[in-house]
Amino acid sequence: MTDVQNLEERFQAKIDAEQKIEPKDWMPEKYRKTLIRQISQHAHSEVVGMLPEGNWITRAPNLRRKAILLAKVQDEAGHGLYLYSACETLGVSREQTIDDLLSGKAKYSSIFNYPTLTWADIGAIGWLVDGAAIMNQVMLCRTSYGPYARAMVRICKEESFHQRQGYEIMAVLAKGTPEQKEMAQDALNRWWWPSLMMFGPTDANSPHSAESMKWKIKRQSNDELRQTFIDRTVQQAEVIGLTIPDPKLKWNEATQHYEWGEIDWTEFNNVVAGNGPCNKERLAARNKAHAEGAWVREAALAHAAKKAKKEKVAA
Amino acid sequence: MSDNPNNWPLWEIFIQSKRGLEHKHVGSLHAADAQMAIENARDVYTRRQEGQSIWVVPAGAISSSQPDDAAMLFDPADDKTYRHPTFYTMPEGAKYI
Amino acid sequence: MSHQDALFTYTLRLADDLLILSHRLSEWCGHGPILEEDIALTNRALDHIGEARNLYTYVGQVEGKGRDEDDLAYLRNERQFLNTKLVEQPNGDYAHTIVRSLLFDAYHLPLAEALTKSTDAQLAAIAAKAVKEAQYHVKHSSDWLIRFCDGTEESHRRAQEALDNLWTYTGDLFVMDEVHQQLLKAGIAPDLTKIKAAFDATVDKVLAEATLKRPTDGFMATGGRQGKHSEHLGFILAEMQYLQRAYPGAEW
Repeated sequence: MTDVQNLEERFQAKIDAEQKIEPKDWMPEKYRKTLIRQISQHAHSEVVGMLPEGNWITRAPNLRRKAILLAKVQDEAGHGLYLYSACETLGVSREQTIDDLLSGKAKYSSIFNYPTLTWADIGAIGWLVDGAAIMNQVMLCRTSYGPYARAMVRICKEESFHQRQGYEIMAVLAKGTPEQKEMAQDALNRWWWPSLMMFGPTDANSPHSAESMKWKIKRQSNDELRQTFIDRTVQQAEVIGLTIPDPKLKWNEATQHYEWGEIDWTEFNNVVAGNGPCNKERLAARNKAHAEGAWVREAALAHAAKKAKKEKVAA
Repeated sequence: MSDNPNNWPLWEIFIQSKRGLEHKHVGSLHAADAQMAIENARDVYTRRQEGQSIWVVPAGAISSSQPDDAAMLFDPADDKTYRHPTFYTMPEGAKYI
Repeated sequence: MSHQDALFTYTLRLADDLLILSHRLSEWCGHGPILEEDIALTNRALDHIGEARNLYTYVGQVEGKGRDEDDLAYLRNERQFLNTKLVEQPNGDYAHTIVRSLLFDAYHLPLAEALTKSTDAQLAAIAAKAVKEAQYHVKHSSDWLIRFCDGTEESHRRAQEALDNLWTYTGDLFVMDEVHQQLLKAGIAPDLTKIKAAFDATVDKVLAEATLKRPTDGFMATGGRQGKHSEHLGFILAEMQYLQRAYPGAEW
């Protein structure tokens, strides 16, 4: 048996015994690469995700909503930060990771390439997008890589208000004026299918899934998570009197699950390929912030160096 | 890791949640200097009343044991159960011991 | 002017400063120079909005016509807003944002400290909460300004430019008109000449450490306290109030 085989077996034995993998542990190169790809995409999603919601901070309809939305978008910045840090434990600096985002090389969740057209979209994002994200994130709290799992625990704790605030927005709109209800229904119509796409391709078409399950990076399949999300969300829509935009939606008594229609995978692939409604805008905004912040970051560093030198001289 | 001198260095953050408790590692962040690291830690890691004291340490200053040494370092403690109070049999009826 | 009217106007001035500044700071959310600073700025915006909400609620009580915080924030027009011109100035580059904050913070902290001793119990209580926040704000903005000035040639130049551009708007902070005099006599509002002295001390100390030149107190672009604003405020309100205006009476 070669050394690597031996190491791989020991690694898998650890995973099977539900032991976490820590940064200094030996790990297969592919495990490391998969994690770097997944965690950095996740981090980018948090940071790019600030943009569509951030759009409405200055237009929030009252002071309570304004404070909530600010705190929420701020949390996303924090989550991006935790995840970039988790990525750094795998040997890639935040700068490198962000460069990949800015150059368009790295991916992030396609959902954030959809525009927020009305205030109801802020409700829909919290309820559906954060709702879908949280399904994934709860699973990831038990992921096999320690720093990723710890970041997710913190994130889940903080995210718990995000979905609720979105659902609350939708509930208030749904029982508001006819115009408001229409606004809420329209947002649900636009965000429903993209939210289902967030769980990724079907299990049959998911290239990385089997390995990720074996390594316990993932613990539930895309289709399982998607089904649970649908089952939960349909009930929530009923409670507030909104209609899920899927004519094929039907409760199946035998499986105790909803049957539902078909995701438009052509649209999904298009958005992933960069042809979504806002791909260009999102990347342009991130690039602009990064470029305009360059002199700020430089100045802070230059000052720190001068200060350290002065302190050395004084000592 | 962040060896590019143009980037803010990485800091490890330890937060004491209540007086009297230990400082616990909560995560890391970037800052140009220690003072900024403390302020950033305040904004990043104590937004929900998680802390009342902050330590920051440059990530590069932390040395760690090697996973491969774990058996050698930690297993020898396994059979020294006499270090634990439950090891001892106390006579029936004895109090406050 | 009746005591009630004076208190209404004065408290509104306090609240409007905080709302408009928090609005400007919130524009940075998602666009900050680095994630850590994005988070720090949002914290400041949230502090200001929190204090503003407390003040608006009190304004509504003083007025006694049943207006709540949102009626006051979202349903007044440009001429009815009484914030200083300083806080409505655009974010500009990060140096402008930091300098604008420092100039406000250097006023806001001694103001909040003085208001804790106000004979108006409600204002004193709101100020007591704000003092701790304001202490941190002064620290945050002065640390950054010092970083800029000591940092690179470019950051030093940008900081000086921002200071030169914004200085003229500090006049509004210290206007003591009839409304103010009336409340000063009643022990409700503090003497702004004393707040100005504290402001000068803070600003001079930071500028000295930062080796920035303090602009001379020449022409001051005042008028904000009388609702005579720069053109920027109208755009802020158009954006901020749009939903409330487009759907009158709706709940959100």
